[in-house]
Amino acid sequence: MTHDHASDDDQAHAAHEPSDPALRVKALETLLVEKGLVDPTAIDELIETYAERIGPRNGARVVARAWCDPEFLDALREDATAAIASLGYTGRQGEHMVAVENTPEVHNLVVCTLCSCYPWSVLGIPPRWYKSEAYRARAVIEPRAVLQEFGVTLADEIEVRVWDSTAEIRYLVIPQRPSGTENMSETALAALVTRNAMIGTERDIPVDTEPLMGTRHADRRGEAA
Amino acid sequence: MNGIHDMGGMHGFGPVPIEVDEPVFHTEWEAKAMALTVAMAAWGKWNLDRSRFAREELEAPLYLRLTYYERWIAALVNLMLENGLITQAELESGTPEEKRTPPLAGADVHAMLMRGGPVDRLIDTVPTFSVGDPVRTKNISPHGHTRLPRYARARRGVVVRHHGAHVFPDSNARGEGEAPNHLYAVRFTARELWGADAHAKDTVVLDLWENYLEGPHDA
Repeated sequence: MTHDHASDDDQAHAAHEPSDPALRVKALETLLVEKGLVDPTAIDELIETYAERIGPRNGARVVARAWCDPEFLDALREDATAAIASLGYTGRQGEHMVAVENTPEVHNLVVCTLCSCYPWSVLGIPPRWYKSEAYRARAVIEPRAVLQEFGVTLADEIEVRVWDSTAEIRYLVIPQRPSGTENMSETALAALVTRNAMIGTERDIPVDTEPLMGTRHADRRGEAA
Repeated sequence: MNGIHDMGGMHGFGPVPIEVDEPVFHTEWEAKAMALTVAMAAWGKWNLDRSRFAREELEAPLYLRLTYYERWIAALVNLMLENGLITQAELESGTPEEKRTPPLAGADVHAMLMRGGPVDRLIDTVPTFSVGDPVRTKNISPHGHTRLPRYARARRGVVVRHHGAHVFPDSNARGEGEAPNHLYAVRFTARELWGADAHAKDTVVLDLWENYLEGPHDA
């Protein structure tokens, strides 16, 4: 791209789009509501759903159930969509689910190189890093370097199996159950499972720290890396 | 299309921007961008594949300059203009020229999300490939939407899963029908995709339609 091209393009951009996306989206929302194209109660409901109700706690319940209930694990292997629906998680961006299990020999990592496909029904809205150019570009070609940035170092003997979500199949990683958790309840186990562990950017789930509700633990590891 | 969105394997984007205690939405406008995009899809004027292609069609320099949800909004505006839901004049004045009735009310959102949009279809065609079969991806460079990334074209892999028949995005995005065909998970070695420097153990699995595949010995 030449400098001239860039400045032409910038001018065109400026002419059509206010620089502040907040103002631009506000203006658009106002127009769409006034024209009767969107119902503001639907907008509020959509935002509240993904901000409050559908998120990684759903997936954590699936993982904990798979750890505790061999019949559920079999069902998950047979038809993950149906097994996950039996816990009440269905619908948008979770219509066709496949669960992929980490083992001592295999580490699974999920990406969408073409856009941002992600299992919304069990993990909610993807984090910004999942949608970033760097993750989309690098997860398939240098997964071990990407994992290092998340604080995960893998032995050479372990296969990294990267799942590029090129269709409507949505992948949920089932991490290995941490040792020393044999006496923990399913609810307590679910509290250990982080979002990143279910994407594959975390591998060994620690049990010696306090159980966290959100994704803080995985993110903290990222920061430390 | 061989667009900028097809990023798998590119260098030069720096480290992954990991964020501590990341909120679901960083700003109110990002939440609105998501919600407006989902709500406008309820008009049924475009399908999910067309909607993805609308983001891919943003010119490469613009695509890279925009943040994630800015891309959503830019693509949404283009789709609404293209389908006559809004006019350029309305966009500029901010004043609607008519009043319509929204297809999605707040009370319907839960049911709509729980229903989703399954894309599996029953077809009469017998799948050509079975689990364990070696396959090769075609070498194609279509101008339209495709879900066969550049990094996996003309590469040899093995079928590891048959998902049944699914709507074919390349056709559906063009409005030329669902053209469902068999979808497979195909595993490639990292070395097949990236060359001898890749880790010997590593693999990449892609979900690929039969239309993208040929037998290992087909010319």
